[in-house]
Amino acid sequence: MNTKNKNKFLSPGHNACSGCGQLSAVHAVMRGLTPDTIIANATGCLEVTTTAYPQTSWGLPWIHSLFENASSVASGIRAALDKQGNHTTKVLVQAGDGGTYDIGLGLISGMWERGENILYICYDTESYSNTGIQASGSTPYGAATTTTPNGEKSVGSTQVKKDMLAIALAHGLKYVAQTAAGFPDDITNKVKKALAVSGPAYIQILSPCIPGWKINYDEAAMMGKLAVKTGLYPILEYTNGKLSASSINANFKAEPVNTYLKGQGRFKHLTEEDIKHIQSLAEENIKKYRI
Amino acid sequence: MKKTNIQHRVKDHILEGSKAIALTINNINLDVVSAYPITPQTHIVEDLAQFKADGKAEYEYIRAESEFAAASIILGACATGARVYSATSSQGLLLMVEVLYNISGMRLPIVMTCANRAVSAPINIWNDHSDAMAVRDSGWMQFFAENHQEAVYQHLLAYKVAEKMSLPALVNVDGFILTHSYEPVSIPSKSLIKKYLPDYKPETGTYLDPNNPVTMGGFFSSDSYFKTRENIVTDFNLSLQEIKKEYRKLKKVFNFKDDSNGLVEYSGPKKPKVILVTMGSLAGTIKETIKDYQEVGLLKITTFRPFPSEEIIKAAGMCENISIIEKAVSPGSGGPLYSEIRAAISQTGKRNIKNYIVGLGGKDISQKMIQKIIKDSRNKGKQITFIG
Repeated sequence: MNTKNKNKFLSPGHNACSGCGQLSAVHAVMRGLTPDTIIANATGCLEVTTTAYPQTSWGLPWIHSLFENASSVASGIRAALDKQGNHTTKVLVQAGDGGTYDIGLGLISGMWERGENILYICYDTESYSNTGIQASGSTPYGAATTTTPNGEKSVGSTQVKKDMLAIALAHGLKYVAQTAAGFPDDITNKVKKALAVSGPAYIQILSPCIPGWKINYDEAAMMGKLAVKTGLYPILEYTNGKLSASSINANFKAEPVNTYLKGQGRFKHLTEEDIKHIQSLAEENIKKYRI
Repeated sequence: MKKTNIQHRVKDHILEGSKAIALTINNINLDVVSAYPITPQTHIVEDLAQFKADGKAEYEYIRAESEFAAASIILGACATGARVYSATSSQGLLLMVEVLYNISGMRLPIVMTCANRAVSAPINIWNDHSDAMAVRDSGWMQFFAENHQEAVYQHLLAYKVAEKMSLPALVNVDGFILTHSYEPVSIPSKSLIKKYLPDYKPETGTYLDPNNPVTMGGFFSSDSYFKTRENIVTDFNLSLQEIKKEYRKLKKVFNFKDDSNGLVEYSGPKKPKVILVTMGSLAGTIKETIKDYQEVGLLKITTFRPFPSEEIIKAAGMCENISIIEKAVSPGSGGPLYSEIRAAISQTGKRNIKNYIVGLGGKDISQKMIQKIIKDSRNKGKQITFIG
């Protein structure tokens, strides 16, 4: 359907959960775009909640094909534009952590390897939110999901969150960044910076999920902020492969992870010992990403 | 018996089948090629890469890291208004399956070549039709070529009908038998192709364009999903007439004659006692063999999807003995072509319809085997026989 008369890139009226962390992040991303943009979207909450036919929330040209192939579809869009001699239209991929860390990873690697001018945005909810909160490669230690439930013999997820930024950097991307819902201006600025770079760029945005994290509908932004303040999910920016900006800077004062974990139902079963372990993960980050 | 009437223009070259296909593809005004290597498809995509390297091609050539990616890349390009191409075989085609369904559901007129090869396990790189049959229900038109020249023309036909009907098409060429063999073949010129197949210009508002934004691939409720799938079937049925019409035009523009109507080709006596039915290069072997038989005809199915039931009934419905010789089998049933022909012919009364499974994994199919099949065709009894 033609969406030319829409005056916004993402209109209200979608059916995401009230207070959805991802949708607030998407709005911030959209503020960083111009109308001269084409979006390839992976399967997931964002696709399902914004495109219930015959309606759509999108005012930009937008396509969804499958779960794992948004990156390759974007490569095809880029190739078609390049063939037209159009090197100015921006191509944006949007996917969740399941589509990025897990099922789509090989195809993302292919896209990055080809050096195509495409911005990839991962909305990281730390689980498969759309199918009912199953664990993904992004699920952090101790999180209870429907496929890593806590129980007498289980702490929840025992995996270490995969380091997608390192994978992006290993492909030689000139712009790689991490941020969180709750910092809308930072998201918008990062999108603008990424689009100014020629070649592939990657931005990962922590997107608190109301039902997945078992938080209240008005807590997504706060949880995004806390994740950053504890050092568990620092705001990071790599330019030309080097850490060029970090929330762990001279002004950084770490808050204990306890405040972050206790507010979320997915972590409510953790023992003091588990929390201590997660505190040590935050401290590793604080060392690693200090600027 | 009636002589098969094939009068092509003087053939210009003696070429490998893959080269003939690649040269034809390069003569189409094409925008984007993406592919991943798999035997026996490789020579086609290597040739296309070489044309590009030599500055003799205008298309963008995107090296994919898997067939899944290649299919997704051409999907994205086609959705942005580009004319696109890929080629694959066997495991590669099967890896693409999820994307193939997606392409047809999105009504993208993509054309691919399948260099037909057996499917693993056991691993085997030689020719049969198991790969094409595995994607039978994916919503792609499927053509089967007998020889290099037919493969060349079927690609032009495929693009023409695909773009007219907004349906994707797969052109099947037997791996090695066609892709790696040399035959005299004429490659249509760019200007003549343009006469038949004008540049691809999708309607404004049907593809990704910042000046006319559209949402593609949205979430459909049961009602709209049901209607969409039904529409695809309706258009497949309509495409039968389009294929016939466009094949007539093809013969006119490229100035050749044959006994095919684009859907099926019958060669043999007017009232045969036995009709053999097959697809692809095997038709050549059968044509040679039946020269010695007065009462045996050959029905070559050139279009498998849409399935030309009416044409098959017209050509073979009144013949008492019909034997389907095919290079694929559905375990627990029979040959897929056999099952469909049986379903079509059963409307015309009791016939002796038999199924011979041959050539799996590239097992050589000799004229002796065909003679054996002809001899057995009139016997009642066992319906599905493996000849190998």
